[in-house]
Amino acid sequence: MSESAVAAAPLHQPASAPDKKSLLRRLLHFVPPYTKYAILSPILMIIEVMTDVYIPLLMRDIINVGIAQKDVSLVVTLGLKMLLSAVIGLFAGATSSRMGATAGFGFGANLRKAMYAKVQTFSFANLDRFSVPSLITRLTNDCNNLSQSGMMAVRMGFRAPFMLIFAFVMAFSVNRELAAILGLAIPVMGVLVFLIMKSAGPRFSQFQRRIDDLNAIVQENLTAIRIVKSFVRQPFEKQRFKKANDELRQAGLYAITLVIWMGPIMTLVMSVCMIAIIWFGGVGITTGRMQAGDIMSFLTYVTQILISLMMLSMLFLQFTRAKASADRVLEVIEADVDLTSPPDGLKTMKDGEVVFEHVSFRYPGNPGDSLSDINLRIQSGSTVGVIGSTGSAKTSLVQLIPRLYDVSAGAVKIGGVDVRKYDLRFLRDEVSVVLQKNTLFSGTLRENMQWGNPEASDQEIIRVLKLAQAWEFIKDLDGGLDAPVEQGGSNFSGGQRQRLCIARSLLKNPKVLILDDSTSAVDMATDAKLRYAFTHELPDLTIIIIAQRIASIADADEVIVLDDGRIDGVGRPEELLRSSQIYREVYESQQKGVIGE
Amino acid sequence: MNQTAKSVPVPPVKAGQPARRTKYASDTQGGGPGGGRPKFARPEKPLETLWRLAYYMKGHYYMLILGLLFAGLSSAGSVAANYLLKPILNALVYGGTMAKALPMIAGMAVIFLCSGLFQYVSSNLMVHLSQNTVHNLRRHLFDKLEDMPIQFFDTHNHGDLMSSFTNDVDNISQALDQSLVQIFTGAISFIGTFAMMLYLSPLLTLTVVAMLAVMLLLVKVITSRSARYFRAQQAELADLNGYIEEMTEGQKVIKVFNHEAEARRDFETKNEALRQASTNAQTFAVILMPIMGNLSYVQYGITAVLGAILAINGRMDIGTIGAYLQYTRSFSQPITQISNQFNMLIAALAGAERVFKIMDQPAEQDDGDVRRVTYQELTEAERQQLQATGWTPEQHNGKTPAFWRVPARADQPAAIRPIYGDIRLSDVSFGYVPGQTVLKHISLYARPGQKIAFVGSTGAGKTTITNLLNRFYDIREGEVLFDGIDIRRIRKSDLRQLLGMVLQDVHLFRGSIADNIRYGKLDATDEEIHQAARIANADTFIRHLPEGYNTVLTADGSNLSQGQRQLVSIARAAVADPLILILDEATSSIDTRTERLIELGMNRLMEGRTVFAIAHRLSTVRHSDAILVLEHGEIIERGEHDSLMAEKGRYYELNVGKAELD
Repeated sequence: MSESAVAAAPLHQPASAPDKKSLLRRLLHFVPPYTKYAILSPILMIIEVMTDVYIPLLMRDIINVGIAQKDVSLVVTLGLKMLLSAVIGLFAGATSSRMGATAGFGFGANLRKAMYAKVQTFSFANLDRFSVPSLITRLTNDCNNLSQSGMMAVRMGFRAPFMLIFAFVMAFSVNRELAAILGLAIPVMGVLVFLIMKSAGPRFSQFQRRIDDLNAIVQENLTAIRIVKSFVRQPFEKQRFKKANDELRQAGLYAITLVIWMGPIMTLVMSVCMIAIIWFGGVGITTGRMQAGDIMSFLTYVTQILISLMMLSMLFLQFTRAKASADRVLEVIEADVDLTSPPDGLKTMKDGEVVFEHVSFRYPGNPGDSLSDINLRIQSGSTVGVIGSTGSAKTSLVQLIPRLYDVSAGAVKIGGVDVRKYDLRFLRDEVSVVLQKNTLFSGTLRENMQWGNPEASDQEIIRVLKLAQAWEFIKDLDGGLDAPVEQGGSNFSGGQRQRLCIARSLLKNPKVLILDDSTSAVDMATDAKLRYAFTHELPDLTIIIIAQRIASIADADEVIVLDDGRIDGVGRPEELLRSSQIYREVYESQQKGVIGE
Repeated sequence: MNQTAKSVPVPPVKAGQPARRTKYASDTQGGGPGGGRPKFARPEKPLETLWRLAYYMKGHYYMLILGLLFAGLSSAGSVAANYLLKPILNALVYGGTMAKALPMIAGMAVIFLCSGLFQYVSSNLMVHLSQNTVHNLRRHLFDKLEDMPIQFFDTHNHGDLMSSFTNDVDNISQALDQSLVQIFTGAISFIGTFAMMLYLSPLLTLTVVAMLAVMLLLVKVITSRSARYFRAQQAELADLNGYIEEMTEGQKVIKVFNHEAEARRDFETKNEALRQASTNAQTFAVILMPIMGNLSYVQYGITAVLGAILAINGRMDIGTIGAYLQYTRSFSQPITQISNQFNMLIAALAGAERVFKIMDQPAEQDDGDVRRVTYQELTEAERQQLQATGWTPEQHNGKTPAFWRVPARADQPAAIRPIYGDIRLSDVSFGYVPGQTVLKHISLYARPGQKIAFVGSTGAGKTTITNLLNRFYDIREGEVLFDGIDIRRIRKSDLRQLLGMVLQDVHLFRGSIADNIRYGKLDATDEEIHQAARIANADTFIRHLPEGYNTVLTADGSNLSQGQRQLVSIARAAVADPLILILDEATSSIDTRTERLIELGMNRLMEGRTVFAIAHRLSTVRHSDAILVLEHGEIIERGEHDSLMAEKGRYYELNVGKAELD
């Protein structure tokens, strides 16, 4: 293995640059075109907060000045100001709600869109690394969570701190001495809330783990109920559940009984403040330094400040969860795609000759090579079988041809050119793979077929359906090509699905066709007809067939026997019967039930 | 405004998302993974459900009563403390000395202190009540679930069942420790505040009543619109989630067909639709707060002005204005609070109803009176009775003898019969749904130690036969005899302990490999486990694992290969040492060469047992004593391999590849 070959392999880049920027700045990128709303919503919210803290001040003047001087017109003027403030606050607050929702859910939709677009550029290796279920959760739950948090950020995220500051400033302007009480209470309350939240964190994680444990038991019992029942293990399972359930209750109580201190503590701090304000305010009134209105406005500010603190603690929780979601979403969006189309990639292919030169391959993150030092030459227009046990890397081998994965070392060439030199889209149109885990999608048959070629006419579709031996069961269907396909193609049998998938791949009119165990559910007679049609009607097509059934590759030009990532033998089937022990074993294991004559 | 003084910010613990297999995401109204439930479902019989729920509080009723009592006292205290503002302010303003106000300030402090204390006591009680109640509920639900017949699991969506354990129970728990208290205290402060306002100034209270009418009207309008928008949002969410699931599952196919642009285009349409629906729904979800809050400020302003004018005219004192204004500030809060919590309560009751619906399903019946007993358990009379029939231990092929103890029935005397594993089906017909017969007039006979194989297409009824043997389902017509005893007379647990199953879908549990094998026999020694693994030919690979038998399986055992997992499940069956073995496509997910490697294990396992094998792959059934070819629920051919091949019928066609098995 040469040094340069190793260097050419796409190494997994460690995530670098984006991490330097703060999470928030990376997220801000997804706010446009909702920036307007994201800015206006907090501004309106701050206006509402201003009216909130202004109203108690007006009330103070009504009492201190209006009543004291028996000035009815002043009272009415102040009253109208209050009304006006409340109305402004109402409209500002309501509009802020609307704009906050627009910004938050617009932001969430942007994230989801960017993430989905990114997933579309993902290579197979990227997909393997993230795994499909995890991608689904990130696209659904995490994005929803971030939408919600985005809305909270532009509304509550501004309301809570501004309310805290403004209310304190107002209180300070009303009376400095009394404000000192608040100045003392705010840090005390802040520290208490912080301490509770801090120790609540681990307790809630523990609670969550217990929930997960319990759910895992239920899930297992649902999927494996036949095992549970056939071993008569219901009492055992009930006991197991009881234990998990007891632990869950304990963890729940441990976590929740801590946070319920928040309410009483807040009531207590608020009470102490109020009593102190009434006390010192009382002293102030009796000595003529203060008036009743001062005390009353202060009582309102106390409430506002403490509510802000509670709100901040809730925001803290929400944003902690949101941060986890944001990390998961950004991890996808900022992932390095490890396989891309070369600039100015080749868009012509001489023929369908496939050559492997000293090819080694390992899956990213795996300790060992899946394929090592593979050398092969598959002639254009020939039919080649690949056989070997589960785990012998048959699928890995063929996936290197259309660059579903890139080689770790060596090179795969088609028509004499390294596959990495072709335009990726072009390459995958020329090399058509029928994946082992193939899927049909909900829609009509025609829609499914047109995945192979969006412009394909009905005649062309019918032609490939005939080639794939699928037309016989399609032609009698209600609606023909308009017949519905259910999700996963579940309204067709396994063998029918496989033949439809083959037809879909043929519509690309490729130079190389790869069938990865694609006829396992097709009966042998039809399988044979299919192969006959291929060799006779598509003579220039290079066909590579991975099969479990020896019969499926018995008439191939050549058979490649793979064993544990290495080539055990290549040759005509009858030669291999003599030269390859593995081939012989597979052959014999399948001859037992069959009478040859 | 936005007073949340009473609500404790309990972090919303999201139920762990169960691995959900929604095949048709659009079928589920809820949409969000883990949800899958209509969010606005209303309980059908709220009172009855509430009553049943109360049953699970058994032993904790005092918590409920004391919890509500203390919560009530706490909020009544707040209302009362507010009132003290009036005499305090008056004493200060008109009295001019602290002395008169002092006792009242002290009184206020005491009330505040008690109020905080009561609040804590109440929360603590309610949390214990809720945790204990859902603990009981969960346990009862799980116990019921375990007792359900297989039919229940076959006909219910597992995602929905899972959701009952997570979402429904969660909602109930929240309703118990928050909604109940908040509705109760909300009502108390609402009534208390209103009464105090009326007492302080009937005139001012008139304006409050007018404002209240406006508020209630707004709440009604907003919540009904919000419900509509939420339904639209749920529908869009379900649509998008369904799309994401289907397309992401097929992401590799998208790549292979260069279909990325189309996928993105469709996605973006749905994403935009969801964005619009969500924006509407969420706007209405949050808009209530600023509206109600500011309306209460409007009220505050009106009160201040009117109060001031009254005061100027000498018809009201400052203390009254002060106290009244405080009440005005907290008057609207209970309305929002009750309206929110009431929705949660409704959701919880709907959830409880679903939970109870599951519990109300009939449990699996087991009225078998025939028991399995060991020789030691036999009475002396029974032993003699046995000897009289000419029984000897040798008849059991070296296995520990066991017996059926058949109690007397009207027409038959009590009897003791040795268990051999002789199975007969005579003229059995069966259908899962009335009117749809899956098996038609099946008769077969398996002598002890014989190997019977079933061959046929999917849906031909092969698995159904095994479902009947272990009584996962009970036959409708005909009879199944076990050593001559109708299996419906045999106690299910005794019957099933004699039957071992190895299924195509290997289900392993969380835990170590040793734990998984031990599942077959809970009191198995380590040596027995190793022995079983050797029988299954699994010992070698297990010992090669870094942790050996203590290797912990990841979720559903994915750190082992398919073949290895199957070997573990064979070892699990081996340690149970069943008399009869059912192999349902046990090797079909393994390639033929690997199959040969485990064949040895399988053969050893089958030795000396009656075996029923279902196989897709014909090579695995060749050596059976009898091969039954099933088609559309009927046995169309039967015999040994050679004779069936000679017949040149369906079996022959399958073997030479003229027909397709699917």
